Amino acid sequence: MSNKVSRRTFLSYTLMGTGGFMASAMLMPMIRFAIDPVLASAGGSDMIPTPQKAADLTETPVRVDYTIKDRQDAWYTSDESNTAWVYKEGDKVIALSPVCKHLGCTVNWEGDEHKNEFFCPCHAGRYKKNGDNIPGSPPLGPLDEFEVEVIDGFVYLGEVIPNTLV
Amino acid sequence: MLNKIYDWVDERLDITPIWRDIADHEVPEHVNPAHHFSAFIYCFGGLTFFVTVIQILSGMFLTMYYTPDIENAWKSVFYLQNDVAFGELVRGMHHWGASLVIVMMFLHTLRVFFTGSYKKPRELNWIVGVLIFGVMLGLGFTGYLLPWDMKALFATKVGIEIAASVPFIGEQIKILLAGDSTILGAQTLTRFFAIHVFFLPAALLGLLAAHFIMIRRQGISGPL
Repeated sequence: MSNKVSRRTFLSYTLMGTGGFMASAMLMPMIRFAIDPVLASAGGSDMIPTPQKAADLTETPVRVDYTIKDRQDAWYTSDESNTAWVYKEGDKVIALSPVCKHLGCTVNWEGDEHKNEFFCPCHAGRYKKNGDNIPGSPPLGPLDEFEVEVIDGFVYLGEVIPNTLV
Repeated sequence: MLNKIYDWVDERLDITPIWRDIADHEVPEHVNPAHHFSAFIYCFGGLTFFVTVIQILSGMFLTMYYTPDIENAWKSVFYLQNDVAFGELVRGMHHWGASLVIVMMFLHTLRVFFTGSYKKPRELNWIVGVLIFGVMLGLGFTGYLLPWDMKALFATKVGIEIAASVPFIGEQIKILLAGDSTILGAQTLTRFFAIHVFFLPAALLGLLAAHFIMIRRQGISGPL
């Protein structure tokens, strides 16, 4: 054999292997511990009731504030207030997320005199009523949508999903 | 590949002498367990350091979840132990390691004592070692409060009363530790946290550096 493994090479590989095994046995649990939030699966949310009556809705989006009760944030539980822009399209109730798709500010219906549009005050992002972002303004995608259900005449909102109207 | 990167850096910065000076040193026959098995007693210092490294690493990771606040401390510990993957293991490493580091340090002290290694010219290193012992006990004392359960609370009450028994300045020491003259609460926890993760580890690293530099300077003491 031309390339024999020398005693020194054998020993250094053995030591490196054993040392590496011991170090990883020590570090692996800590790293898994640290990256746990990245690997945790997002739990699906229930339908949350809002104070908005479906019968009162029109074709004009209205701001609906509602509260998610007992929201669990690791060891901290609290009520979280949330907002949606809700309107009626024929018989269908549509609820859009107010979170701007540019950098996450909050959009307003007809803010800053922009007729018939959603407007984001941070960098003048603009969206049509169905959430479609207007080309030439900063956002790169349409506003997200909520899953909507009408139960006993009231609007219930569920998970935030990508826009289905555009 | 790695060799090439090393050579590239070494060619520019001449790093070989630096690590040679740190890593390359003779292990005398009388401290090498391969020659005399009884020489394993010379391993306790290194083992203390090894456990200390585990303590520092596991502690760093624990602070990703731990909250030094009386409302949330216990809850965050419960969460990290029961809901986070390997939380029980990481907390377990820190919990058991804390006791192990004291045991190893004590065995190391016994070896130094019975081999007479503290004698001239190594008196200063003995003194630094005693200071390290004190810092380690301080880390144990301050860390014990952090889970904020009943055992932690009452153990700290007793510990602070012991500190308060120091003549003349006992009361001041007590207030300095607890942050309040009567309450053992919110301020005590934040103080103990700061001492546990910033002040004492900084002191420990400085003392360990001094300890190791002195060993390299003076060499390991001769055979009995």
